[in-house]
Amino acid sequence: MTAALTELTLGQARDGLAKGEFSSRELTEAHIAAVEGARDLNAFITETPERALAMADASDARRGNGEAGAMDGIPIAVKDLYCTDGVRTTAASRILESFVPPYESSVTANLWRAGAVMLGKTNMDEFAMGSANMFSFKGPAINPWRRDGDGPPLVPGGSSGGSAAAVAARVALGAIGTDTGGSIRQPASFCGVVGMKPTYGRCSRWGIVAFASSLDQAGPLARSVRDCAIMLGAMAGHDPRDSTSVDRPVPDYEAALGGGVKGLRVGIPAEYRVDDMPEEIERLWAQGVEWMKGQGAEAVDISLPHTRYALPAYYIVAPAEASSNLARYDGVKYGLRVPSDDLTEMYQKTRAAGFGPEVKRRVLIGTYVLSAGYYDAYYLKAQKLRTLIAADFRAAFQRVDVILTPTAPSAAFAVGEKMDDPIAMYLNDVFTVPASMAGLPAISIPAGLSAEGLPLGLHLIGRPFDEETVLRAAQAVEEAAGFTARPEGVGR
Amino acid sequence: MSIDKATVARIARLAHLDVPEDDLEALAGELSNILGWVEQLGEVDTEGVAPMTSVVEVTLPRRADEVTDGGDADKIVANAPQRDGDFFVVPKVIE
Amino acid sequence: MTDAPLIQGRTGEWEVVIGLEVHAQVIARAKLFSGASTAFGAPPNSQVSLVDAAMPGMLPVINEACVEQAVRTGLALGAEINLTSVFDRKNYFYPDLPAGYQISQYGQPIVGKGEIVLDLADGGARTVGITRLHLEQDAGKSLHDRGPNATHVDLNRSGIALMEIVSEPDMRSAEEAGAYVRKLRSILRTIGTCDGNMDEGSMRCDVNVSVRRPGAALGTRTETKNLNSIRFVMRAVEYEARRQIEVLEDGGAVAQETRLFDPDRGETRPMRTKEEAHDYRYFPDPDLLPLTLDAEWVAKIKASLPELPDARKARFMAEYGLIADDAGVLVAERESADYFEALAEGRDAKTAANWVIHDLFGQLNRAGGEIADSPVSAAALGGLLDLIAGGAISGRIAKDVFAEMFASGREASAIVEEKGLRQVSDEGAIAAIVDQIIADNPGQAAAYATNPKVIGWFVGQVMKATQGQANPAVVNAVLRKKLEG
Repeated sequence: MTAALTELTLGQARDGLAKGEFSSRELTEAHIAAVEGARDLNAFITETPERALAMADASDARRGNGEAGAMDGIPIAVKDLYCTDGVRTTAASRILESFVPPYESSVTANLWRAGAVMLGKTNMDEFAMGSANMFSFKGPAINPWRRDGDGPPLVPGGSSGGSAAAVAARVALGAIGTDTGGSIRQPASFCGVVGMKPTYGRCSRWGIVAFASSLDQAGPLARSVRDCAIMLGAMAGHDPRDSTSVDRPVPDYEAALGGGVKGLRVGIPAEYRVDDMPEEIERLWAQGVEWMKGQGAEAVDISLPHTRYALPAYYIVAPAEASSNLARYDGVKYGLRVPSDDLTEMYQKTRAAGFGPEVKRRVLIGTYVLSAGYYDAYYLKAQKLRTLIAADFRAAFQRVDVILTPTAPSAAFAVGEKMDDPIAMYLNDVFTVPASMAGLPAISIPAGLSAEGLPLGLHLIGRPFDEETVLRAAQAVEEAAGFTARPEGVGR
Repeated sequence: MSIDKATVARIARLAHLDVPEDDLEALAGELSNILGWVEQLGEVDTEGVAPMTSVVEVTLPRRADEVTDGGDADKIVANAPQRDGDFFVVPKVIE
Repeated sequence: MTDAPLIQGRTGEWEVVIGLEVHAQVIARAKLFSGASTAFGAPPNSQVSLVDAAMPGMLPVINEACVEQAVRTGLALGAEINLTSVFDRKNYFYPDLPAGYQISQYGQPIVGKGEIVLDLADGGARTVGITRLHLEQDAGKSLHDRGPNATHVDLNRSGIALMEIVSEPDMRSAEEAGAYVRKLRSILRTIGTCDGNMDEGSMRCDVNVSVRRPGAALGTRTETKNLNSIRFVMRAVEYEARRQIEVLEDGGAVAQETRLFDPDRGETRPMRTKEEAHDYRYFPDPDLLPLTLDAEWVAKIKASLPELPDARKARFMAEYGLIADDAGVLVAERESADYFEALAEGRDAKTAANWVIHDLFGQLNRAGGEIADSPVSAAALGGLLDLIAGGAISGRIAKDVFAEMFASGREASAIVEEKGLRQVSDEGAIAAIVDQIIADNPGQAAAYATNPKVIGWFVGQVMKATQGQANPAVVNAVLRKKLEG
């Protein structure tokens, strides 16, 4: 029973609950047991089993009264970047190790309103800065996948690494992450799950610990495109407390599925064919094009000329915003304080002790590019590039409905690799960052295995607020790929 | 752009990050590499290009002038590392 | 335009150059980016939202009333309204700045260039340019005296909307700086965008001062921060000018620095926290979009502006026949101008102006009060003026009655009745007294034929006999008839 319940997709679990095949308490207990059994993955920073059971019981009671919501009784995991009322929220940083928010983020509040159950807060890169989940005060999260013939533990990707690992390891039916430059899509690709970043403004940022405000966006990770559609429907919506939240109705994303891709124009951008791209990635991409064509879509070669500048521009904009967003962690109002009789020394020592190496690096870079005399050369230049990148996409979407690319330039790598070369680490996001810079919706779908038996994702980018087309195309890839591989030792 | 130790020390002061003297050299190298890499943006002619202000095409929403919040000092100071009653407390500031 | 007043130093004459940055708290119920109250004097941290405390993940949403107030102020200063403006983050660390940045407007403020005309004591005028006005958040309050080794932080003020109004360096004396703040405050109060209560911190001034030889290039300036009274502004300017002249005359150089004014010593001193270490790293706040205004909306606000002090002064001169000085004094505060107009309604305007300027202001000055707290309302003072005009009391008695009204808050007529101060105008009663005095002083009465001026002596005697209550006009008439008869 227990194993079977954790094997369901979120959609199947929802239907099972609706039919009364099992209760939310049974479903939740099975997942709590799975969470406890997978602690070697270090996927959670804080487990909340008591709260989960209380929420499950409340859900069962609601269902008894005929008041069940769209995700009622479904246990999910929450990236520890979402502030949760009364539940410690750390952003995987020592500086927030003891922070208990007296408020609930809008997105999680929406999910609880839809009836979802919280299993716990997942591991991540500190303040969402990283692509391997190596930079966490709680230690790295581990990818449930291993290379064929075992080998060293692998990273789950980042920054939403714990969320992706939890979904891949079947310890949560779905999880929420945040994506600033690829932080949902790249770990989804590394862990063989579906991960979606909706259009900037689609989900409220209120109550999500900020990394780079002009890029941060909430999104779901789950084991199917349908599951992501269900979750996104519950997460999205206008929030008057977020000035960048967009006031437009939330469509029924699940209803948009199943329409197929016949006649859909799929753009293949020449500039994503980067140097040193592993042949297996190239091959998977070409396979993806064939799958789409096989279902009646039309492949269109397009050009996004400023693609190669997206990543360096991102590494100006994101650290600049982060350097300012993280100034509030100063030992005065909440979080860590290293005591001193001198105020400035208190600040400096608190922040030095509270922030890890990557956060410090980005705070320094961000401070530098905004400092007197450098603003125009770096920050302003990067924002102009952003205008050009967005214009490239706008032009492309005159000709195509969706753009297909690989999600990441490699499969998951070993824990500890690339740690001494920040730029090599940054290059993990080379395919995901452009859509982030333009605020566009994008999704990663597991599409195949590497030569070493590790999952690889394909990536679809859509027009602003056209999540429906993105989901529909993703489902076509999902169906064609028939990705049934699963990590060794999970669920067997 | 190559960043020297003194520059790292200056921006660390601006960012209120205590960086030990021994770490400055290595950080200067790392930051120089990153900045050198981002400087490829210089290849692009951006003359006359407006910097992006927001990826969402909406106007700034405004709230009504109504008091809807506050009134719970304890909630505000509950997480404070040091408090005195409902005040936050910091090491003495000399102006 | 008045010539620049010069200061005589040991080595010659110096010109003082002054510019002001005034932080005016916007009148609004809620803060600039949150729904917490702006009321003054609440218990610590009781008017703080999660946004004001910069809790992780909190986001700003702008208060529309604050935008409107800034536009209204810009229009009242005759300034350009920028239909697109941008909110920037000004980054620096301070315990009462919870986010580590202040949301302000740097490159593109909501209001551009305008001007204020100052009326100077010598009858001249000086036009002071307004460089810009922008909206920004106030910081919280640091209390340094509640514990020996600690600073206490209260965020109630954190996030309240301020208008920073920056002037050109167009002022040349402490008097002009004082006049500028007074005039600006009068305009803000007239249009209801700032209450101008400097002792509550609703208006605070940073003063930039430099000195130079007449006609020379601008000297190095200092900025003296956070002055919370007009008197302090003027004293800080005077002190800084003297200090800088001394430094320069001693062969030194003025350091560009931020200074604080010590009101107890009447001196400025450099701030210990070094401002020059600051590099504010301004950049557009990514949590907010550019603020765009509708031209029609701005025009509607412009049409709704009340009469401004300069226009009101001109009208007082034209409509009531007041002299410029009197009109200027009355319009300096919206309340005194309103008071005057209420008093002048249906009465002699010049008399009303005299009573307000000399008698009412005199009493208020002695009592140290503002016109808003006057114990004598315009209606009550009007009652007194009506008694004079109707002949019920003399002008001299009226002064005593007014003093009593100011002290007790009672009505003029009640005081007059209670004390029996009503003027005696009854001809018969006065004739009887006159007859008695003539009978007692036959020599003086006889002198009238050759020296008519002796009538003044008789008037004095009658007033003495009636304790000043006899109507002088009636007394004169009766005396003339009796003495000539």
